[in-house]
Formats: sequence, C-alpha cells, structure tokens
Amino acid sequence: MISRFQLPDDRVEKALPDKKPLLGLAEARAESERCLYCVDAPCIKACPTEIDVPTFIKKIATGNIRGSARTIFEQNILGYSCARVCPTEVLCEGACVYNGWQKAPIKIGRLQRYATQHATAQGEPAMFTPKSAPTKGARRKVALVGAGPASLSCAATLTLEGHEATIFERLPVPGGLNTTGIAPYKLHAEDALHEIEWVLDLGVEVKTGMEIGRDVSAKELLDGYDAVFLGVGLGRDTKLGVVGEDGPGVHGAVQWIERMKTLKKSDAKLHLGRVIVVGGGNTAIDVARESALLGAEHVTMVYRRGPDEMSGYLHEMDGARKEGVTLTANTLPHSFVRDAHGKLVALRVVQTRHGKPLPNTEHDLPCDAVVVAIGQAKLRELAKQFPGVEMDDRGCIKADPKTGATGNPKVWSGGDCINGGKEVVNAVADGRNAARTLIAAWSSKASE
Amino acid sequence: MADLTTEFCGIKSLNPFWLASAPPTNTGEQVMRAFDAGWAGAVWKTLGDPIVNVTSRFGAVDYAGQKMMGLNNIELITDRPLSVNLAEIRDVKKRYPKHVVIASLMTETKHDWQVLIQKCEDAGVDGLELNFGCPHGMCERGMGSSVGQEPKLLTEITSWAKEFAKTPVFVKLTPNTGDIVEAGQAAVKGGGDAISLINTIKSIIGVDLERMVPVPRVGQGSSNGGYCGPAVKPIALHMVAALARDEIAGTVPISGIGGVSTWRDAAEFIALGASNVQVCTAVMHYGYRIVADMIEGLSEFMDRQGIANIAALRGRAVPSYKEWGDLDLGYKLVAKIDPKTCIGCQLCVTACNDGAHQCIFTGPGERTRPPHAHTKGKATAPTPLPLGKIAGDRVPWIDEPECVGCNLCQLVCPVPGCISMVEVPGGAHETWNDRVAAGRGKIPGGIHD
Repeated sequence: MISRFQLPDDRVEKALPDKKPLLGLAEARAESERCLYCVDAPCIKACPTEIDVPTFIKKIATGNIRGSARTIFEQNILGYSCARVCPTEVLCEGACVYNGWQKAPIKIGRLQRYATQHATAQGEPAMFTPKSAPTKGARRKVALVGAGPASLSCAATLTLEGHEATIFERLPVPGGLNTTGIAPYKLHAEDALHEIEWVLDLGVEVKTGMEIGRDVSAKELLDGYDAVFLGVGLGRDTKLGVVGEDGPGVHGAVQWIERMKTLKKSDAKLHLGRVIVVGGGNTAIDVARESALLGAEHVTMVYRRGPDEMSGYLHEMDGARKEGVTLTANTLPHSFVRDAHGKLVALRVVQTRHGKPLPNTEHDLPCDAVVVAIGQAKLRELAKQFPGVEMDDRGCIKADPKTGATGNPKVWSGGDCINGGKEVVNAVADGRNAARTLIAAWSSKASE
Repeated sequence: MADLTTEFCGIKSLNPFWLASAPPTNTGEQVMRAFDAGWAGAVWKTLGDPIVNVTSRFGAVDYAGQKMMGLNNIELITDRPLSVNLAEIRDVKKRYPKHVVIASLMTETKHDWQVLIQKCEDAGVDGLELNFGCPHGMCERGMGSSVGQEPKLLTEITSWAKEFAKTPVFVKLTPNTGDIVEAGQAAVKGGGDAISLINTIKSIIGVDLERMVPVPRVGQGSSNGGYCGPAVKPIALHMVAALARDEIAGTVPISGIGGVSTWRDAAEFIALGASNVQVCTAVMHYGYRIVADMIEGLSEFMDRQGIANIAALRGRAVPSYKEWGDLDLGYKLVAKIDPKTCIGCQLCVTACNDGAHQCIFTGPGERTRPPHAHTKGKATAPTPLPLGKIAGDRVPWIDEPECVGCNLCQLVCPVPGCISMVEVPGGAHETWNDRVAAGRGKIPGGIHD
C-alpha cells in the first residue's frame, strides 16, 4: 500500500491490534445523531486546532462524509492521526456537555476517524486543490526542518495557499513520532505513513536522509528560502546517569518504541520478561502497556513520587492497570545490578518521600529489562546553528506560542521543540499557526 | 381501575383499541393472534373484488435515528378471494364472540355494494366501514379517496350502504380534501352511523437518488402512496377535533385513526372527541404486543385523573379547541432557564436568535438588542450571573421584556424540565374577535398606511 516509504511487514507492533477499531456505517450514523449540535460548543474550544466538531459530526449524520472530512482537515491537516492518537478523554470528549448530564460523551475521536479514513482512502479523489500563487513573485519558499506533525502541518498549510514547502528529514521515513512513537493499539506506523502520503500528494516536498549541518547547512536554508520552520522535536532519551546503565537490557523509551514500531521482530530485541519502566509520564505508561500486551511476564513502573503526581493521564494508567501493569511509587533508581557476565539481574532502588531518597532503604527489584522513560534531550546543538534563535532554561526553543516566531525574524518553530513534549495535536496547531502567520504577512505585503 | 369498555353504535368492545384495516388484519390467523394479544377489535383488510399487488410496497421516513417516523404504502385492498376472507371472518367471530370484527369495504356499483354488504353481514361482522379514503391505486379506478373527495358521491354511496345494511355503517374519510368538515357532514347526510378518520395522506416518501426513481421502487418506476405513522398524528388530531365540535358531523361517533402508537396518543384522540382508536403503523413496526402497554397505560392515566370510563374522557379537550380569534391576547408567558439542570448546549440561544425573537443571551453585563426590538435600551444580564451546577457560566439568560413566550427554546432544549414557560402578568382578557367587535381591529402600519 505504501508507495514511497517501506517498512518491514513483520514488525513487533503488528501483534497489538487497534483498541478502537473503525466504526461501521450504522454505528457512525447512530453516534453522530446523538450529537446535540451545541452552539459555541465546548468541544471546539477544547481542541488545540479548534476543529468545528458539531459541524463535522452533523455532516456524518447527513451522509456527507467528504464534507465532514473537509471540515476537519481545514483546521487540522493531520485530522486522521489526531483522531486516533489524541487524548480525547481530556480534550474534546472531556468537554462534551453530555458529561455534566451523566451521559456518555459523543465518541468524537472515533467519528473523526470515520470521516477522515473514508475520505483519504486510496482511490478517493483529491479533497483540496492548492491555490495558485496570487501574483507573480508572490509565491514564497519555505524550508522546514524535521518531518514531524508540526512541519507537516505547516508545510501543508503553506502549500494549499500556493507557496512552496520543502521538508528536510534526518530519518529515511517521515512523520517523526507520529510514525515511530505512537502506541500501536492507537495507530500503526503504516497508517501514519498513509496519511503522510496523502499530505505529500497535496504538493508538499520531503527530502529524507538530510541532516542539518551534515547534508545541508543552516546557512544554505536561511539564504535559499524566504523562511525556515524548525519542527525538530526532541532528541535522544534522557539517561538516569547511575551505575551500570550502559550495557544490555537497558533501553531508552523512545528508542524502544521506535524499534517496536519500525523493525522486524528478529531485529527489535525488546527483552520482554520481567520489565521495569522508569518514569511516570505518558511515554512510560505507553511502554508499560505495550510490554504487558506483548506478553511480558511482569511489568512494573518505578516512579519517584506518589501516584497523584504522575504526569501521565489517569485514563491511560487505568488502562495499564487493567492490562496487569503495577506501579511502584515513591521509588528512585539507585543503580543497575549485573552478574559476572554483565547480564542485567535487578534494578537497585531506594524509597523516597516527596521525591527525596530516604536513607537505608536500598533494595533490589529483579528484572530482565529496564526501559527508562524520564524524558528526551533537547536538540540544543541543532537550534544553535540558526543565529538569533534562543533557548530557554529547559533547552526549548523560545518561540511565540501563538505564531511560532523566534529570535530570528526568518525562523519559526513549533511542536515538541518549543513546548518540551506535548500531544500531536499541539504540534499540528503550532505548525498551522506559524504558516497562517506567514501567509497573512506575505499577503499584506503583496497588497501594499 | 378505570373501565375501558366502550359501546360504539351499539357495538360493545372490551377496550377502545382496534386494529385499522391494513396488513395487520389481512387474515383470520393474524386477527386471532391480535385478539389474543389484547386488541378488542379489528377492521378487516378492505374487501372487494381481489386485486394484484406490486413489489415493493412500503417506504419510510426515518428521523435522527428513529426508524419509521412516517410510513407510506402503495399496497391495494385485499388480494385474497372474498369467499376465503368471509370464511375466516365467520371462524373468527365463532371463536371470539366478544371481540369486534368490522368489514372494510370498497366496490363500485350499487348492486356490488348490496351483494358485498349482504355477504359480509351473513358472515357475522359487527359493522361495516366504507373505505372512501385510499389515495393510491384504487382512486385511479374511481374508488377510495376519489369518493371521499366528492361530497355528493360520498353521501350517495353512504345512503346505498345504509339502504342494505343491518349493522352500523362507518364512513372512513380521506384527509386529502380541502375541508374535512364538508366530508364529515356529507357522511352524516348519507345516513352514516359513524365516521372513521383519517385514512392515509397522498404522498411521495422519497427519491432513490442513485437511480432517480421515487420510492418505494417498482422496477424503474414508483407511484404516490398513502402516508401514515407517528408523523401524521397532528393532522389526524385536528381532523377528529374539527368533526367532533361540528354541530352536524359531531352528532355521530368517531373512530380516531392516524399515528396512534401509545396510550397517550389514544388518550389525546379520545379527549378530542374520538370514541375509540384504530392502530396500524405501530403494529407494523413493533407487533400486536404493544396493546398491553396501551391498555395498562390508559387505565393508569385515567385512574390518576379520576376518570372512571372512556365516555367520561371522550371530548374533554374539545371545548378548549377554539378559533384563533377567540384566544386571549392578554395572556403572557416568558421562558425561564433552570441553571441547575442546564447543560450549556446553548441550542436555545441560536434557536431564539435565528428562529424566534432574539431575546436569549450569554455572559455578564449588557447586550445590544436587535434594532427591531420593542424594548428601549440594552438587555442586561442578571446579577449575579446564573452559574450552572453543570454548565457553569454557559447558562444563557432571557431578556424577559423581549420574550414573546413562543415556546421555541423549551422545544429545542434537550433536558426535560430545564426551560419552563412561566405565566407573568399580562393585559386584560381580550380576544381578537372582541377587538374587531369593538372597532379596534385595525393595527397601524398596514397596507394602506
């Protein structure tokens, strides 16, 4: 099915089926007809891309599926993957007025998937035609760094307005974490790539295997394009920095997920068995759930503070518990215990109070693998190549959250690299907003 | 427990629930199962010279997930030999002597009517219903609604039937007419003992947009059919009430038909003057079993209201069905929104703004009234702003001086009881007819001003 980007067929993630399958016609019709069609609807306000939810749902109810998808894509060009990966429980569905009435909220995510999946199926005619540039010389060129959701959204928005967008991606496949980082029971990599193919068909160009500073310089981009958008995401998994960490059996979470999603079973080497996941965020919960579902003997999450302080979503943790994941809270890794051959045998931990270690509480948690999910490094060196682009104390690129403007008037940015790591839908919103800012600026200049 | 028995033109019935002449009364086997389920009477599928039917025959309107809000059919009268139907009627009456069987009839010449009536009465029917209503197929052959639409013809054929009949004659009317009262009076003039209404409404239920053929589709064509089901109930209620209050048509009992699906529907028909009701579409949808709830629900309702029997319920709402000109212009209602139960959907806001009188707002402070408002100045939010238990600051508020009390907000509100229409001091009691009589019927701003 995927023409431009190939992944092996027998990837580990294929063992994890969709927890929320595509709705059938009757289900979609019945669910869409439950929608009250609220005015000034709270679900719209809860969506970072402000999708007009009641309008797209009513279009499903009337059988206008392509119109429904158009309503979605006009606000969020990655509306298909967002439908599948968004934490709708805390966004649109969490805001549905039915909640207050003690009724089940509308299944907005699943309806959004219904419309977008049908409208972007192979063989469907194009949904959008890019505008031709308004006047001679008005067509601008934008280079985008990193082919994740922020850049794809920015590039598509620019392209549909008649501008030229070229994305430079380090990896052989585009999509960023949408392709390599989403829990498989929400979205498989080939479905993410199918959507990206659809976006590229709008006229967006992506150059894979291109690293800034190696294959192309920041200066070349700044000189050769009217604007540069940095949608570079985050870097490598952060390490614990404790004794014994380097060696077999210890994985970074993002890297572990990427291997599960993109490599053949025989190459992935995930070390299922007794698994410990270190961390309390959503990535930690994802790894824990995936390990449990893939058949790990035992999965526990080691978290430094109390359960109430976890940054992961409650609904995700509830799901993890149902799948057999246990939580070892108020516990801090001390060191990795290895046998004479260097094989990992345990994680040595200490108990904590308010996140601080307590003396004389060291003990060993026997394990076969530890996945460290405590965050990702910032790509400081990459950002530094663009003069004027500043970083905050955390290492995030300083950018206006509404427009993506950075310290360099020619450079814009959005997504995880400015917010430190949020949802796909936030990255999509950032990319789109930066593009809209540029388009507005250029069109007002053209009319002067 | 309330007494649900009725006596209709001398015909005793166990309850007011009869099956209308239609597919559910096509055969004796069906009618007997219906009686076992609790139906007190059945008007047999119309008898006459057998016909042939087409495939397909039914089409429906679904609305917002509810199937068959309205049903349309192009089926004709019975397609079974008269002798077979009569033998089954005889058998049913023998086995169910306390249940009512009415023969619905349709034929052409006076002699045909004489023979048909004779045969049916010989089979033991309790009464006859003249089908002057069917608006599809048979009307093209000069029968059904083509009779019901011609008052003179209606009177004449009714009088033929009365000439031959020993049992009561019900005249079933078509709603496909300009004035139902004229048809009702014609039935009484012909000597009809009772009136049944309404028959189905002439309709095209929809179009198959892929094939560009209306539905129900018969190959590459279709035909107009008869519309029935819950959607037609309001039309039927009006026609029943219009006859019930008429001094000529209202002298005979009425069997109410048209979208009756529940005990509540039945109570409404009876309150507007029907002596019993006939049901078809709801049975075609859910089966004979629905009658159990109709009986129980009506009985419970009458007990609650202290109404002892059907005769005491009959026509109770007729006196309050008035001409518009007799309504009180001084009466005033305004809408009130209950912040405790409001869910903040704001459907009332847009309904009022786009479809009514622009008097529902959200948020604190002052709001600009539309330029055509009757009240001067700005609309002011109540202080403190009503905060909802569920909806928080999304609870809308009413600009009461501008509220005309139209009900629209209450009708669109999905939460039962959230919006209520509250009586407020209005003007002195005065009707339009009073004003006209007092010479104040002219309102400034008319065509000649």
